[in-house]
Amino acid sequence: MDRLSQPRSRRIVPVVAAAAAAALLVAGCSSGSGGKKADDAGNNISAGKASTPRITVAMITHAAPGDTFWDTVRKGAQAAAAKDNVKLVYSSDPNAGNQANLVQNAIDQKVDGIALTLAKPDALKSVVAKAGQAGIPVVGFNSGVSDWKKLGLMEFFGQDESVAGEAFGRKLNAAGAKHTVCVVQEQGNVGLTQRCAGLKKTFSGKTDLLYVNGTDMPSVKSTITAKLKQDSSIDYVATLAAPIALTASQSLSESGSKAKLATFDLNKDLVKAVQDGKIQWAVDQQPFLQGYLSVDSIWLYKNNGNYSGGGAAAVLTGPAIVDKSNIDKVAAFAAKGTR
Amino acid sequence: MTMTQTTAPATGSPSPAPPAPAKDGRTSERPLVFRLLARPEVGVFLGAVAVYVFFLIAAPPVRDASSMANILYQSSTLGIVTIPVALLMIGGEFDLSAGVGVITSALSASMVSYQLTMNVWVGVIVALLVSLAVGFFNGWMVVKTGLPSFLVTLGTFLILQGVNLAVTKLVTGNVATDDISDMDGFGQAQKIFASSFDIGGVQVKITVFYWLAFAALATWVLLRTKYGNWIFAVGGNKESARAVGVPVAFTKISLFMLVGVGAWFVGMHQLFTFNTVQSGEGVGIELIYISGAVIGGCLLTGGYGSAIGPVFGAFMFGMVQQGIVYAGWNPDWFKAFLGVMLLGAVLINLWVQRTMTRR
Repeated sequence: MDRLSQPRSRRIVPVVAAAAAAALLVAGCSSGSGGKKADDAGNNISAGKASTPRITVAMITHAAPGDTFWDTVRKGAQAAAAKDNVKLVYSSDPNAGNQANLVQNAIDQKVDGIALTLAKPDALKSVVAKAGQAGIPVVGFNSGVSDWKKLGLMEFFGQDESVAGEAFGRKLNAAGAKHTVCVVQEQGNVGLTQRCAGLKKTFSGKTDLLYVNGTDMPSVKSTITAKLKQDSSIDYVATLAAPIALTASQSLSESGSKAKLATFDLNKDLVKAVQDGKIQWAVDQQPFLQGYLSVDSIWLYKNNGNYSGGGAAAVLTGPAIVDKSNIDKVAAFAAKGTR
Repeated sequence: MTMTQTTAPATGSPSPAPPAPAKDGRTSERPLVFRLLARPEVGVFLGAVAVYVFFLIAAPPVRDASSMANILYQSSTLGIVTIPVALLMIGGEFDLSAGVGVITSALSASMVSYQLTMNVWVGVIVALLVSLAVGFFNGWMVVKTGLPSFLVTLGTFLILQGVNLAVTKLVTGNVATDDISDMDGFGQAQKIFASSFDIGGVQVKITVFYWLAFAALATWVLLRTKYGNWIFAVGGNKESARAVGVPVAFTKISLFMLVGVGAWFVGMHQLFTFNTVQSGEGVGIELIYISGAVIGGCLLTGGYGSAIGPVFGAFMFGMVQQGIVYAGWNPDWFKAFLGVMLLGAVLINLWVQRTMTRR
C-alpha cells in the first residue's frame, strides 16, 4: 500500500497544471453565439397562491428517470401545487410492483390525495382499493383511460392512446402516405403498443413495427437507418417520443431516404424541427396539462367537492395535433419546457 | 502471454509472463496454425465471420456497402469503450459505470459550455477531466480498499445515474441539456468527433476509424510495451506481480482512467451528433461493453485476452443488432434473436478455444 502514495502525489502535479491551464483558457473562451445568455428568459408560470389550508398530494407515475415527457408532467403538477398551496410529493418507478409500493407508502404517510398513472392497472388494483378504504381521493392520469372507472378512481385526465394512434393514422392518410414504420422505443410498453395499434387501425397503407433501444441513441439512429435501407418503400416514419423523433430525423437525412417523419409527443427541440419542416407534425397529449389538472382537481375536490367528468367520463388532454400551421403558438411555451 | 496459454487449458489461470518471450520447447513444436488459432481473438473472429456470412445470405441489404458502413458505425460506438474495458478486464478488474459514464461526460461538456456560455472546447476539456476523475475514483477505491471492482463500480454506476439526473435537473431545469449546436467551436468539435468520410460514394463515420486506430494502439501497448506486460501481470496474479516490481496501484488506476477516456470519447461523439443529451440514457450499455470484451476472448477472471478480440466482439453485436433489422424479421422476436445469435457466436468461440488449446 505504501507504493500507492507515490504515483498519486506525482499525478497531482499534472492535474493541478491542467486545472490551472483550463482556468486560464476559460477566461478567453466565451462563446459568441448561443448558450444560456442567448436563451435566458425561462420564467415559470405563476399565478399567486390560494389561501386554502395546506394539503399534501402524492403524485406517483411509472416514468423512467430522465425522460423529458415526464419532466413536463411534473412541471405542470408543480405549477398547480404552487398555486393551490399544495405540498407535492413526486415519485416514480417504471416497475409496476415498485409503483404499487410507492402508493402504499403515500397511504402510510396519510396524504390528502393521490394522483397516479395506471400503466399496469392490475398491479395497482389492491393498493388503489386500500387508498379508498383510507378515505384518500385517487385521481388517474396519463395511462389507464380504459381502467380508471373499474378501479374506482374519482376522475381521469389523459389521452386515449388508441384514439391518438387513430388520429395519427388518419393524418397519415391525409398526407398520402403508403407505407409507414412505427418506431417503438420500449418493447412491451402498453401505451406505446396501443399507439401503434391505433395507427394501424385507421391507416389505409401498410404499417411495420420497429423496436429500438431508447437508452442508446447511436443504436436508435443506426437501427432506423437499417430499416429504411431494408425496405425502401417506406414513405413515413412514425416515432412515439420526441427525442427518438429528433434522432430519426438524422437517420433520414443520412440514409438519403425520401421518407417523411411525424411523431407523438413534443419537446422544445422538436418545435424547431417542426418549424424547419424536418418533422411534419407532432401528436401532443399535453403532459403539462395532465400534471396540472391532476393536482388542481384534488385541490378542488378537497375545497369545493367538485370532480371532473362526473365520475363517468375521462377528461381528454389530447390528441392535439401540432404542425407547421400552429407551431408558432406553441413554440414560446415549449422553449420553457412547459408545453 | 500466449505461450503460457497454449500449454494450459483454456480455463486455467495463466501466470504472469516475463517480458521476453522465452521459447520453452513445447510451443515451438506445435504447428503454426494451432498457435495462431489459440490466440484469444481467433474464436471471436470466426464467430464474427459466421454471423457476417449468415446475414449476407439472410439479409440482401447487408450486401450493400452503405449498410456495412451503418453496421460498422453502430459497432464503433460500442467498440471504442469496449477496448479499454477489455484492457481493464485483462488487468483483472471490471467497470460497470462505463455506460452511464458516457452520458456523464456528454452532460458535463454540454452543461459547462451552455450554462457558462463558453466555447464548446472548454466543455470538452472539462468533460475529459470529469471522466478521468471518475476513472481515478473507481481505481483508487478498488486499490485502496481491496473491494471487488464489481461492487465499487456498481456503486459509481448508481451514483452517476443519480447525479446525471439530479445535476442536469438542477442546472438546466429540465432533464435534457440544451441544444449547443449554434455555439462557438461546435462545428470544429463536430468535425473531430462526429464527422463522416466519403469512401467510394459511401459515407463512413469517423468513429469507425478511431475505433480501429485505438484497437491498433491498444494492441501495440499490450504486446510491445512494459505497460502491456504490467496489465497482464496485475490481472494474472496481483501479489506475484507486486513481488517482481510491477506498480500494481498505478497500473490498475490508470486502466480505470483509460475507460474514462473511452467513455469521454463516445460521450463527445454523442453530444456532437445529437446536439443535446438526455440524462437518463446509457443504462444497460455497460453490460454490452463487458460482453463485447468477453466475447472478444478476454477472461472474466483477468490475465488473458487481447485488444483485437473485442473489436470483433463489438462488431458481432453491431452486426446482429442491425442484421436482424436488415433481414426484416418479426421485430417482436428481436431480443430473442439477438440472444440466440450471440450465444451461438460465443459457442463457436468457445469451441475453437477448446479444440485448439487442448492438443
